[in-house]
Amino acid sequence: MQKSRNDVWVGLFVVIGVAALLFLALRAGNLMSLSFDPTYRISARFDNIGGLKSGAAVKSAGVVVGRVKAIDFDDKMFQARVDIEMQQRYAFPKDSSLKILTAGLLGEQYLGIEPGASEQNLVAGATITQTQSAIVLETLISQFLYSKAADASDAPAAK
Amino acid sequence: MSGPVDLLARLGASVRAGLADIGDAARLLLRLLALVPAALARFRLVADQIHFLGNHSLAIIGVSGLFVGFVLGLQGYYTLQRYGSGDALGLLVALSLVRELGPVVAALLFAGRAGTALTAEIGLMKSGEQLAAMEMMAVDPVRRVLAPRFVGGLIAMPLLAAVFSAVGIIGGWVVGVLLIGVDAGAFWSQMQGGVDVFKDVGNGVVKSILFGLTVTFVALRQGHACRPTPEGVARATTRTVVMASLAVLGLDFVLTALMFSI
Repeated sequence: MQKSRNDVWVGLFVVIGVAALLFLALRAGNLMSLSFDPTYRISARFDNIGGLKSGAAVKSAGVVVGRVKAIDFDDKMFQARVDIEMQQRYAFPKDSSLKILTAGLLGEQYLGIEPGASEQNLVAGATITQTQSAIVLETLISQFLYSKAADASDAPAAK
Repeated sequence: MSGPVDLLARLGASVRAGLADIGDAARLLLRLLALVPAALARFRLVADQIHFLGNHSLAIIGVSGLFVGFVLGLQGYYTLQRYGSGDALGLLVALSLVRELGPVVAALLFAGRAGTALTAEIGLMKSGEQLAAMEMMAVDPVRRVLAPRFVGGLIAMPLLAAVFSAVGIIGGWVVGVLLIGVDAGAFWSQMQGGVDVFKDVGNGVVKSILFGLTVTFVALRQGHACRPTPEGVARATTRTVVMASLAVLGLDFVLTALMFSI
């Protein structure tokens, strides 16, 4: 009798523990967003990917339509090559363009895909060449400073 | 005339005793690991130990987890809002709990709550000569007494750590969303965006299993090797807490460096 009452409590303990693990995996983790939908793989070249990481989302109109699978460097073109897995159920025109966007000011970087106007769609293995690099804050600041300095040196000359 | 020679002899003796101690502990660990399948076959004994180690620790783990979550919510928000990113509170709370605080704090509490009980129980069995009596009856005390407790600790500890993390996240949610007013959608979506199931949650579970092994083994070893006197049992119980806590913290550093460094 004593034994069987213990068993109930042990069972309850295990159930609570497993429920906690499921909570961590489903509610706190990203198990829900792991998709097992069929995908097709395309690639793209960027001059500068900034802080893009593999696993980053590819969004169109704010909706996730794919994920970055791998990033490596192409030493023939001296560009970054980004492999992307697009979900099979979304088709995009062949001349779609990609740009690297940032969620919020300090947020994660993700890819935005802008549909083009072509009649033909992207197929597996296609390469997107119309890309816009990440905005690098340091470059922007240095451009701003140089233009300021140029203004300042121009001003006395104009006087 | 025996001054330096005597000193040298004492040094040698203490090194030899230390080495013998380490060897003894390693042999006990290997035996316990080898006995895991045998213990699982007699699951009734293990279930009793899970009840003793797990169920009875659930209250302290749950309450501590809740308060750790509260504090993480308050303190994390205070730091994050300076950079205008209070929305990332959910991510901060979840990552710190799942990766570090859940396994480590749960293991420290487990050492204090369950490890001491194990050491005292086995130490008293030894001082009451129950272990010797078992051996007389050709019952192996390591197999009958130590192994079920070892397996029970191995099973209970990851579950307790998971409960700690889950309750802690709820605590962070209570403080962050209900009290401070962080947006609930941002709280959960930032968390889901940043916590990886295998890299973060999975590694946390691996950590908690290893901590369960460490704490349970230290407790059993201390009880098994203690001097069979009231004072010896008292000392062994103290040593269990000190050694298990230090081992958990040291091991955590090594595991974090191995798992999460880039």
